Amino acid sequence: MNLLEVQDLKVSYGGIRALKGISLNIAAGELVALIGSNGAGKSTTLKALAGLLPCQGKLHLQGKSLLHRAGHLRVADGMALVPEGRGVFARLSVQENLQIGAYTRKETAAILEQELQQIYALFPRLKERRNQLAGTLSGGEQQMLAMGRAMMCKPRLLMLDEPSMGLAPLMVEKVFETIQNISTQGVSILLVEQNARQALQIASRGYVLESGSITLSDDAASLLDSAAIQKAYLGS
Amino acid sequence: MHKLLRNRKLHLGGTTLALLVLPFVTDLLFGRGWVRIEDFALLYIMLALGLNIVVGFAGLLDLGYVAFFAVGAYTYALLASPQLGLHLPFWIILPAGALLAGFFGALLGAPTLKLRGDYLAIVTLGFGEIIRIFLNNLNAPVNITNGAQGISQVDAMRIGDFSLGRNQELFGFAIPSVHLHYYLFLLFTLLVIFVTARLQDSRIGRAWVAIREDEVAAEAMGINTRNIKLLAFVMGASFGGISGGLFAGFQGFVSPESFSLMESIMILCMVVLGGMGNIAGVVLGGIILVVLPEVFRNGAGPLQQWLFGKVFIDPESMRMLMFGVALIVVMLWRPAGLWPSTRRQRELEATGDAAEQDTVYDSGR
Repeated sequence: MNLLEVQDLKVSYGGIRALKGISLNIAAGELVALIGSNGAGKSTTLKALAGLLPCQGKLHLQGKSLLHRAGHLRVADGMALVPEGRGVFARLSVQENLQIGAYTRKETAAILEQELQQIYALFPRLKERRNQLAGTLSGGEQQMLAMGRAMMCKPRLLMLDEPSMGLAPLMVEKVFETIQNISTQGVSILLVEQNARQALQIASRGYVLESGSITLSDDAASLLDSAAIQKAYLGS
Repeated sequence: MHKLLRNRKLHLGGTTLALLVLPFVTDLLFGRGWVRIEDFALLYIMLALGLNIVVGFAGLLDLGYVAFFAVGAYTYALLASPQLGLHLPFWIILPAGALLAGFFGALLGAPTLKLRGDYLAIVTLGFGEIIRIFLNNLNAPVNITNGAQGISQVDAMRIGDFSLGRNQELFGFAIPSVHLHYYLFLLFTLLVIFVTARLQDSRIGRAWVAIREDEVAAEAMGINTRNIKLLAFVMGASFGGISGGLFAGFQGFVSPESFSLMESIMILCMVVLGGMGNIAGVVLGGIILVVLPEVFRNGAGPLQQWLFGKVFIDPESMRMLMFGVALIVVMLWRPAGLWPSTRRQRELEATGDAAEQDTVYDSGR
């Protein structure tokens, strides 16, 4: 059984249909990329999955329907979203940001502290800067913090919205490295990216979204080789 | 460590003693009128702390906060005056007023959940005015609030035969009524400070701050933003309700004109000037904004007389002028408030070198 199953998901903004019924699925531990150009509906998809937008269709996580569950409840169900633009709490310290990540957790303080240390092991920069305000971090560090914070939710499915946006090339590589790293820990990942080439290089499968519909889905390797994709998204 | 602990105890003891003798010292040095001003300062501190939950912690700009003060005051006045012929004891009315104000807080919060910033400010401003206008006009067809004349002969707060409205003799000391109110208000203020401090460090407090910083991210972290925002409105409003009840029992008279927009703005100024989000700062803001205008009122005339041998400007008009100038100066000079939270301080210190860090890191260290 797939971890996430989405069928015929529709989202409208007022009268405008932003998602025209998309279907996708993610197996446990899989890293799936959702690529597409500006305005294709990538962020809308993630927001709908995270419960931040009303939607229609079918949406199951581990066989349980989430369609009518409020967004904040889906976190405890095992979904975590790193929103577009990172959404770090700028006037809180790095450590406080990470602590809020554990907001829904019921575990003891000792266990959460241990997990916090694991996050710090994954992101040594964050440990160095744990008392610094999140707003003063560089873009790359903020992205790391946003991912670390989402990991504190202990998700089964981590959804990343354009993690490479606005970062220097070297930092982008680091971010993708980290995503792969998280993936090897067994967390399923849905990666939304405009940076299609790099996303497909680390993903196992990919979906291509075009103006609210999924037009292609295949192994990441095949998508990378596909002439149509190369022309449209990879610029070569 | 031991030394530190003893030091702290000493501090606490000193502060307690100072707070206890303050009304007597004030009475002796400046006269009884100033004790009354201290009473009002305590009421405003409670109001400012309540508004601080909404504005400082949760980041929701509320310009109609005085409405909750009005709800508390009118609850007291209606349940303990000849107006409706009811004379309930204050320890029933105060919680009732707090609850009712909290209910009104939810009433204001529910429809404004999706609003932020200027939009929220406008709606809350309207809400404050609606409450005031209702109080002004609820004298016909059935006379409930007695309209613009207000409700007078409100009962003083009393426990059994011990009324705070009269001077009392305790342990051979004659304690005036204003002093008694001071102690009662002090007790409630300390209670409000305690509750606020506990809230700030709680899971709820963290959720408020998260919402203030980024609502979408807060929701994505599993925070029930709707309920947590409502809770901020309810908690803040209930503090306002308590303060209002105490005000009515102290004054013995309430009328709609005590609850104008200017009051809301004044309370907001206390929060902003003192230091948004910092309890100590808000308390300081409350004290300054109550005491300073009174100093001007009483000091500006004699000062001019002494300097120029003649009063040039009427102290009453000068008071607001000086108040405005003082606000502008403080905001220019200390934008985070007189006593900002350590967080805000860190932020202001840190913004200077943020850009530099960015380039260093991204160029590949």
